[in-house]
Amino acid sequence: MTKESISAKGDLRLTRLTKSYGEFTAVDDLSLVIPEGSFFALLGPSGCGKTTTLRMIAGLEEPTVGSIHLGTTDITTTKPYQRPINTVFQNYALFPHLTIFENIAFGLRRRGIKDVDAAVSKVLDLVELPHLAQRKPTQLSGGQQQRIALARAIVNRPALLLLDEPLGALDLKLRRQMQIELKWIQKEVGLTFVHVTHDQEEAMTMADTIAVMNEGQIEQMGSPADLYDNPKTAFVANFLGQSNLIKGTISGNDGDSHIVDVFGQKISLQKNRSHAVDNSIYAGIRPEKFRISRLGTPTSGNILTGGHIEDVSYIGVSTQYQVEMPWGQELMVFEQNDDGVAPFSKDEEVNISWEPIFTFGLRGDEDATAGSEVNPEELDEE
Amino acid sequence: MRKIRTPYLLLLPGFAFLFTFFILPIMNLAQTSTQTPVGGGDTGEFEQTLRFSNYIDAFVENKEQFGRSFVYATIATLLALAIAYPLAYAIALKGGKLKNFMLILVIAPFFTSFLLRTVAWKQILGEEGFVVPTLRTFGIIGDSTTLTSTSFAVVMGMTYNFLPFMTLPLYASIDRIDPRTLEASGDLYANGFTTFRRVTLPLSMPGVVAGTLLTFIPAAGDYVNAAILGSPNTKMIGNVIESRYLKIVDYPTAAALSFTLMVVILILVTLYIRKAGTEELV
Repeated sequence: MTKESISAKGDLRLTRLTKSYGEFTAVDDLSLVIPEGSFFALLGPSGCGKTTTLRMIAGLEEPTVGSIHLGTTDITTTKPYQRPINTVFQNYALFPHLTIFENIAFGLRRRGIKDVDAAVSKVLDLVELPHLAQRKPTQLSGGQQQRIALARAIVNRPALLLLDEPLGALDLKLRRQMQIELKWIQKEVGLTFVHVTHDQEEAMTMADTIAVMNEGQIEQMGSPADLYDNPKTAFVANFLGQSNLIKGTISGNDGDSHIVDVFGQKISLQKNRSHAVDNSIYAGIRPEKFRISRLGTPTSGNILTGGHIEDVSYIGVSTQYQVEMPWGQELMVFEQNDDGVAPFSKDEEVNISWEPIFTFGLRGDEDATAGSEVNPEELDEE
Repeated sequence: MRKIRTPYLLLLPGFAFLFTFFILPIMNLAQTSTQTPVGGGDTGEFEQTLRFSNYIDAFVENKEQFGRSFVYATIATLLALAIAYPLAYAIALKGGKLKNFMLILVIAPFFTSFLLRTVAWKQILGEEGFVVPTLRTFGIIGDSTTLTSTSFAVVMGMTYNFLPFMTLPLYASIDRIDPRTLEASGDLYANGFTTFRRVTLPLSMPGVVAGTLLTFIPAAGDYVNAAILGSPNTKMIGNVIESRYLKIVDYPTAAALSFTLMVVILILVTLYIRKAGTEELV
């Protein structure tokens, strides 16, 4: 009755994928390779096209242009039920009329798998809910439903598992726990996971590789550390954590480094960490990379003088400062409360310093606020 | 104390209404059903003689009409289901912005009287309507075949008249289905047909049960369609009860028939709900 699903395996390759709805382009000429066995995250604000991309991979949307390959097989127009791909839906989409056991067995039965009982028991053990087999989905808590949705998908051992904001409906604490569990399960079953989320912390905790999406395109792709330490665009710098972006001009070179003139003060920046295209540049420094020092205290590395502490927030593990610089910009500084130094107080005059290797450079013509306020969904959760 | 009393107070008007207009008449009906005519009295004069064989006589005499009622009602219910399911499905899942408009169209027939609509069907299916000539042109019916005064006309009339009662509960239950469960089914290797059989249909069962009951029960007791669109050969039990009451003035037989009809429907409905197992559904 059901046509046999194709048995493709290998890397997932998206080639020049575009999806338009009338005038609106949700996904814009996107090309991407997701290696087999990896935990890959598509990260971006709502409306960036990440869910549309996922739905095209699942076969729930048809691309306007472009192709999708799994290994060497073209699956662009293959029906969802013929793809060796399973999805964990955002609100789980468990079948309310079936027991947990039958929910998980659904895919196995459709494919005519012989030993359904053994496979279901095994996956129920994996998600540690074997005692719930005979319950109905509505009798389960959100966290339990989430695990069953995962079990229902991985029991089929798909070539690719898609997760659409899988933890979005869980509370913060449970979400953190599930992040670790999901990562563990991915290693355990060895499947390729493609995870869509707007939560940068979730993506960084779980994924090997993150593609940051914005307006239907990939802004940057790389390991979490890569993206965090060396963002290529202001959007990535602001969307993944927080950044201080200071406008400057490249005024000279010193070996492997640029010398950057920042409102009359000189700082250095490694050439291979600069994405500027001309002399106009934004020097980027993460808030926790800064050190604050009282006037007259010796410091090394890049130094910016003339800071004035505008605001102090003590948050236990660290203290956050807003430091106003002579050119009017407020820099954000996170200091660990681990060095026994008395915290600075409001209105103190200070210098700011950091190791030059932590500086990254962005094109000077960028919008320095891109990506910093595009994520209203996150506000109520963090 | 007030809080505990409130629900009972809220129940009071309903109870009072049902007691006056349902329980009392039913008791009266039960009483009438075992009466016999007063010897030498006028037409319509009866006395209580507890003659329970009224039931047997009434049933034996009219078993043909009983059987016909249930056959017609069953066919009309199945036809209505076959028409209403795709309709409700399309409105619920593909209706988009037109959903409410289409629902209004479904209940639009209620804006005119039941009787009038049935008379209209007589026109449509009559010699001067467009259905008969069209069917004759295509040779589907012979030149001498007519459609009015046939069981076909009666069943079609019932199907039409009760269609909204089938469509609305079906719509309500299909509309409640999360479209993502249908996507999930496709994602889990079920093609369109399997998704319908394994997910959509089971999830819409409450609507199927409600719709078939709301159609079957009034259809089984209906007499308007048979009276207007049928002939003496298509009489249903409703027509018999009507004529016993209003024309022959044989109240005991009419009451016994009414009671029998009620009990049979009750038994059938109970069996049906058991079988459909609604409590197992969401």
